[in-house]
Amino acid sequence: MLELEEVSKRFGDQVAVGPLSLKIAQAETTVLIGPSGCGKSTLIRLMIGLLAPDTGSVIFDGESLAVADLPTVRRRMGYVIQEGGLFPHLTARRNVTLMARHLGWDPGRIESRVAELATLTHFPLDALERYPVQLSGGQRQRVSLMRALMLDPEILLLDEPLGALDPMIRAELQGELREIFRALNKTVILVTHDMGEAGYIGDTIVLMREGRIVQQGGLRDLVETPAEDFVHRFVHAQRGAREILGGGG
Amino acid sequence: MRRALQCPARGALVGLLAVAACSTPIDGRPVVVVGSKAFTEAVVLGEVIAQLAEHAGADADHRRQLGGTRILWEALLAGEIDVYAEYTGTIVEEILAATDVAGDDQVGRELERHGVRMSGHLGFNNTYVIGMLEDVAEELEIRTVSDLAAHPALRFGFSNEFMDRGDGWPSLRTRYALPQENVRGLDHDLAYRSIESRSIDVIDLYSTDAEIEFYGLRPLEDNLGHFPAYQAVLLFRDDLVERAPAVVEAILGLEGAIDEGEMVAMNARAKLELVPESVVAAEFVEARFGLQTEVVLEGLLDRFARNLRGHLWLVSVSLLAAIIIAVPLGVVAARLPRLGLGILGVVGIVQTIPSLALFVFMIPLLGIGAPPAIAALFFYSLLPIVRNTHAGLMSIPAAYLDSAAALGLTPAARLRLVELPMASVSILAGIKTSAVINVGTATLAALIGAEGFGQPILTGIRLADESLIMEGAVPAALLALAAQGCFELAERWLVPRGLRIESGA
Ligand SMILES: Nc1ncnc2c1ncn2[C@@H]1O[C@H](COP(=O)(O)OP(=O)(O)O)[C@@H](O)[C@H]1O
Ligand SMILES: [Mg+2]
Repeated sequence: MLELEEVSKRFGDQVAVGPLSLKIAQAETTVLIGPSGCGKSTLIRLMIGLLAPDTGSVIFDGESLAVADLPTVRRRMGYVIQEGGLFPHLTARRNVTLMARHLGWDPGRIESRVAELATLTHFPLDALERYPVQLSGGQRQRVSLMRALMLDPEILLLDEPLGALDPMIRAELQGELREIFRALNKTVILVTHDMGEAGYIGDTIVLMREGRIVQQGGLRDLVETPAEDFVHRFVHAQRGAREILGGGG
Repeated sequence: MRRALQCPARGALVGLLAVAACSTPIDGRPVVVVGSKAFTEAVVLGEVIAQLAEHAGADADHRRQLGGTRILWEALLAGEIDVYAEYTGTIVEEILAATDVAGDDQVGRELERHGVRMSGHLGFNNTYVIGMLEDVAEELEIRTVSDLAAHPALRFGFSNEFMDRGDGWPSLRTRYALPQENVRGLDHDLAYRSIESRSIDVIDLYSTDAEIEFYGLRPLEDNLGHFPAYQAVLLFRDDLVERAPAVVEAILGLEGAIDEGEMVAMNARAKLELVPESVVAAEFVEARFGLQTEVVLEGLLDRFARNLRGHLWLVSVSLLAAIIIAVPLGVVAARLPRLGLGILGVVGIVQTIPSLALFVFMIPLLGIGAPPAIAALFFYSLLPIVRNTHAGLMSIPAAYLDSAAALGLTPAARLRLVELPMASVSILAGIKTSAVINVGTATLAALIGAEGFGQPILTGIRLADESLIMEGAVPAALLALAAQGCFELAERWLVPRGLRIESGA
């Protein structure tokens, strides 16, 4: 479905990503993790074509993004960023339905899809008429997720979707996200810098350092057979991973 | 519109804007357009010419109180006007300053090369004189211009035109070796008021000015014979002779017909007694030629309505055109940063062109009246809108731009659905700024003959009539406030509600 081949991206003199290759597993949740500035956002932006790679290619459904019609391809992907990126001039509902309306969906279809998504994301229907400034941080992220899912995309890309939330809400939403991803059975790529979150939500974890992939595998692989010392240090720098592993298996 | 359609040479833009007359016969009556400069004597003479032309069977249109020699001359060459009264000194020193002509014969030949003819002298010499208050002159014992040299502390206030002219202040100072340092340029009519209030001591006058007696001024003798003759003459287009021979014959009847005393009397009637120029002219035409003219005077309300219509027309057409052009320019500037620098630079430079200069540049292209004024106002309105559109778009946080692109919106849809709405506050603020500047600048359009609230201001300054100045200045100020208010209301409709909400619910 989504594959990166020898992709690299630099900003000025500085290499932000790669060269690296990565195959995203279908219908699974892949988590990109690594220290701040290691290139996670750059990588995810390459995947949705917001950035063009300097070398290599990003292949979606057998076609390189370099030659694809980006607007069309992006409608088959959903994208959520840290602050939600909700348009302040539109209500929650308008944010969610913007693209569907632009594509000329009929109102009944839009209405039922919104209701479906509100149920899925536990978003109160009456809050749909509010503007983003009138919503809490957690609500904004739910709306963001609804917007990303509106066209029923094949892939969902989330760049630190919970990064701006306080710990209580964050923990609550982590649980919900996991449920949602399981229910949807979609290909999901999620960026986080939190090892606990990665282990809790991800099927596969891709650990990055300075633009490169250091190790890729399940949480257990990273903990038990670290590819290098950095992996060991990264995993153990964050409390909780052991506990999750212990509690889960 | 019928008149405009008869001028096929005009481009589409002009056709759209044109209300200007073309000198083409309608129903067999030739159309004759008379011009006049923005001082009372010129306006009176313009009325006299227009009335004589009417009596000679023409449809005469008087474009009154245009902003200066350059504007009248350009308008005459462009065929926007057919005839106006000028002075020989001005022709030699200003209009033909680039050539080295002297004497009426040489001047006449030189003018003919421009397709312009000069009549014989009308009979009065309106030359420059230097004047001061009688009592001050008496006390300092000043009778001639030479006497001024002994009093270096005297404050001079000269008309702007006099400051710049070849025969004006620069050469006067040299000829008479005048030592004064305190020399200001100001409007001729304001000069009278300044000397009356004794904030200046010495001014330039015209020898036919009605105010010489009124303010108790002493004209100083030009003892070195510095000032050239300023014999009044008519300048008219060559083609008028063929097009309206009877009119040419009638107006040439003015040769030798007005002496200095008569001109001073007419000026005094108009300027001091505030008799409308058309009435003063009609009295003269009847007394001199035995022709009766029916003068229809416009009431205050009609005049106000006409000025309001004129002003709104100038502002709304120019602002609308500016919005239509400037918003896309701002978008292009935001999209293509290099080109954007160029665009912002150019519209910024346009803004620095003095308005009168811009108006004058427009005359050869668009004539006089509303079209060139609208074009100039249009150019002035561009900068705030382009800049604010550009700034509004550039200030949208990248997260929104990324989100819009990631949704799969095409660039055009992104612009329409996300970027322009988010920049709407800034764009509207730019339009509001333009509107307010535009309403103010439109008063200057009177200098090139456009209708609007600048007309009563110009007339008021010319006649030293403050109530007339107010008749233009107050509505113009109120209109600017109204424009501001309208756009603040418009914000409620045009700026999305989500951008106006301050805090959370
Ligand atoms: N638009 C950009 N211009 C210049 N440098 C950038 C840009 N975006 C990211 N970078 C740099 O690339 C590197 C990777 O950034 P990023 O992908 O945002 O890291 P992460 O998301 O892992 O924190 C960082 O050093 C960052 O400063
Ligand atoms: Mg990041």
